[in-house]
Amino acid sequence: MTLLSMDDIGKTYPGVTALDGVSFALEPGEVVGLIGENGAGKSTLMKVLGGVVAPSRGQIVVDGRAHSALSVRQSQAAGIAFVHQELNLFENLDVAANIFVGRELRKGMMLDRAAMRAEAARHLAPLGVGYGPDTLVELLSIAERQMLEIAKALSMRARVIIMDEPTSSLSLAETDRLLAVIRKLRAQGVAIIYISHRLSEVRDIADRVVCLRDGRLAGHLARADITQDAMVRLMIGRDLAQLYTPPKAAPGDPVLHLTGLTTPAFPDRSVDLTLKRGEILGLAGLIGAGRTSLAQALFGIAPALAGDVRLDGTEVAIRAPSDAIGLGLYLVPEDRKRSALVLDMTIRENVSLADVARFARRGWVRRGAEGAVAERELRRLKIKAPGIETPVVTLSGGNQQKVVLAKWLSMRPRLIVFDEPTRGIDVGAKAEIYALMRGLADEGVGILMISSDLEEVLGVSDRIAVMHEGRVTGTLDRPRFSEAAVMQLAVGLTEKGAAA
Amino acid sequence: MISKKELALLVLILVVGAVTFAINPRFLSAVNIGNMANLVGLFGIFALGVGLVIISGGIELSVGSMFAILGVIFLDLFANLGLPWPLALAAAVGLGLTLGLIHGLLVTKAGLQPFVVTLCGLLIYRGAARFYTSDATMGFGYGVDDAFLRWLVADRSFGVPHTFIAFVIIAAAMAVLLHGSVYGRHLYAVGKNEEAARYSGIRTGRVTTLAYVICGGLAGLTSVFIVFYTNSVSPSSHGNFYELYAIAAAVLGGCSLRGGEGSVIGIMLGVVLLQVLQNLVNLLGIPSSLNFAVMGSVILLGVLADQEITRRRKRALAQAGALAARGGK
Repeated sequence: MTLLSMDDIGKTYPGVTALDGVSFALEPGEVVGLIGENGAGKSTLMKVLGGVVAPSRGQIVVDGRAHSALSVRQSQAAGIAFVHQELNLFENLDVAANIFVGRELRKGMMLDRAAMRAEAARHLAPLGVGYGPDTLVELLSIAERQMLEIAKALSMRARVIIMDEPTSSLSLAETDRLLAVIRKLRAQGVAIIYISHRLSEVRDIADRVVCLRDGRLAGHLARADITQDAMVRLMIGRDLAQLYTPPKAAPGDPVLHLTGLTTPAFPDRSVDLTLKRGEILGLAGLIGAGRTSLAQALFGIAPALAGDVRLDGTEVAIRAPSDAIGLGLYLVPEDRKRSALVLDMTIRENVSLADVARFARRGWVRRGAEGAVAERELRRLKIKAPGIETPVVTLSGGNQQKVVLAKWLSMRPRLIVFDEPTRGIDVGAKAEIYALMRGLADEGVGILMISSDLEEVLGVSDRIAVMHEGRVTGTLDRPRFSEAAVMQLAVGLTEKGAAA
Repeated sequence: MISKKELALLVLILVVGAVTFAINPRFLSAVNIGNMANLVGLFGIFALGVGLVIISGGIELSVGSMFAILGVIFLDLFANLGLPWPLALAAAVGLGLTLGLIHGLLVTKAGLQPFVVTLCGLLIYRGAARFYTSDATMGFGYGVDDAFLRWLVADRSFGVPHTFIAFVIIAAAMAVLLHGSVYGRHLYAVGKNEEAARYSGIRTGRVTTLAYVICGGLAGLTSVFIVFYTNSVSPSSHGNFYELYAIAAAVLGGCSLRGGEGSVIGIMLGVVLLQVLQNLVNLLGIPSSLNFAVMGSVILLGVLADQEITRRRKRALAQAGALAARGGK
């Protein structure tokens, strides 16, 4: 029995076709992996299902009844629930209040707290979470919040749960737990639409894969045919060449050398690390292993408490981002919208953000000179935009990340720390970013790449350092690369321990 | 360079002016225009300062009380203690700068909310001014005056009030600072996204603090202008609500209280519109008790209209962006 189906769905905005004749059906208790590059139409299709977007043509059949468009209410009544990429929770309220927000149980005019608490506990229990209905949401980690969203969906008697990039902020262990919960839900007959860029997860969890490309259905894969290669081929319509490109020359002298570096996040641990000229050093580990704290210490956001930082053999002191920038040590931060870009400003203004003074004569910014540099970087990085006066907010994730890169590349980098450089970026743009990193490394710029995406770390790095709870538990050379080796170090088994 | 938003404001000023003129032709008499220009100057100078703070993402509520405390200190130094006027003037401006610096440091170093810091300023300075004079009105005293200073801050040249000239000069300097200088760029960046500014190596604390300092300095300067306008200071009422005029003008002129938006031209037009409205109330024989109500209503309508314009522009922008993204593929 088909749970719901969408037939020949089309959606056009003035001048843009977002969806073009997409059909999609869902059976109870199946996990469908929905893949496609950013802008392929996945979100629009799901918004049609959620009742947020009305399609221009086609019909949606739920429980045997055909609709030309669903309202949000109809969608909810049909048991369709979202677990959002950007979580929609009230941090100032407790878990039970969040589950029942907008549909509070009541006793007359008053809240029926006891009933809500009991009901919330009933839905939390099967998820195996370590918190109760009274916990304040601001105390929960992202993974725990996601479980809360799932509990909320279950409490609304969801028959279909749509998960949009659910693991983009989760550690590996948390991801495994989420996948286990998904399997449990499937066994109970809940259908899951799983949208992800992480193809290895899709391979592990999906019963069936549906791929969109440019608003059209690019193809299906049955369980037996789901491989990463097949998925990538569907997404980009061609074979993606091997990720790894070897460096042009053998690694040279150390660009960066850390001894005993202690970060505020782990005051009783320290990091020793060496990055050689010409190599891409991957920094792997679980979320919370101290990798971002290390990056922030190097960049002066949260300066190191102790330790020795040597850049090209010279000891340097970094107490503020301006110190790091003065040395040519740059950070491409994890959350580009929050920490790297002023979204309402233009490409030109964002490219010059870190050193407008360079274009100033007697305090006056010369826009001609500023624009020329932005133009040059726009062309060099192939940023897809109408021009340098385009506000960054209108660009896609991949192009926004290129603007962040343009900012630093225009300033003669010596070392760039990339923190999750391709999060939320589509496959095509990812390949471009990797090529840029390799090009920089070949020019002699030190590249330290923090990444929680194992495929990326294994595919792009020349060497991998793995962190666990504030220290480096081991480094791997390319011949010793494997998911298992990285994972063992990431969970705290040292090289010796792993060998034993 | 004038944006559509500012053009709309200009049109609104002209329409309100035309209506007022049609009903009462005295609106365009030399005397009335001169008086209005004087008030535009008086209110405009510190509105520019408050606008700067608003663009930084903060708020400054204490300028009205600053006028009271700096006014009585200036009068005391100049009229009672007989200090030469340049020193008394420097003291008023210097104290204004210092208060601004304190506000800035409390916001950036101590991490307090701007609203709280400057609300406390509003209360403290008002109380201090009243205590300073034992709640009595302070004036120049018999025969104490300085002809040159009075000419400088309260007279006119070729019929143009000097306050207005000062306003135009300061606005020009401010336009250069905001729209052309490195500091201006940093201020907009900090106002829109402080974290990204910090990650770009901008010393965000300094940028924000400087906005409060400049605002304080302009308030200090204005306090002297106002003393010569009112000729005496009654500390319990002197400058009451003036901070709200400044905030109203900035908001009317396109500053967002979320920070990172606004222009000098916009603030100037906002100040002019407020004064024209005041004048309208007087000239049309509307009970002056309705003064604030008229101001409030116009601001509300203005902000509503602005909201609608912004929404439409965003929609157009999103479409253009989507087009560009597809065109590029």
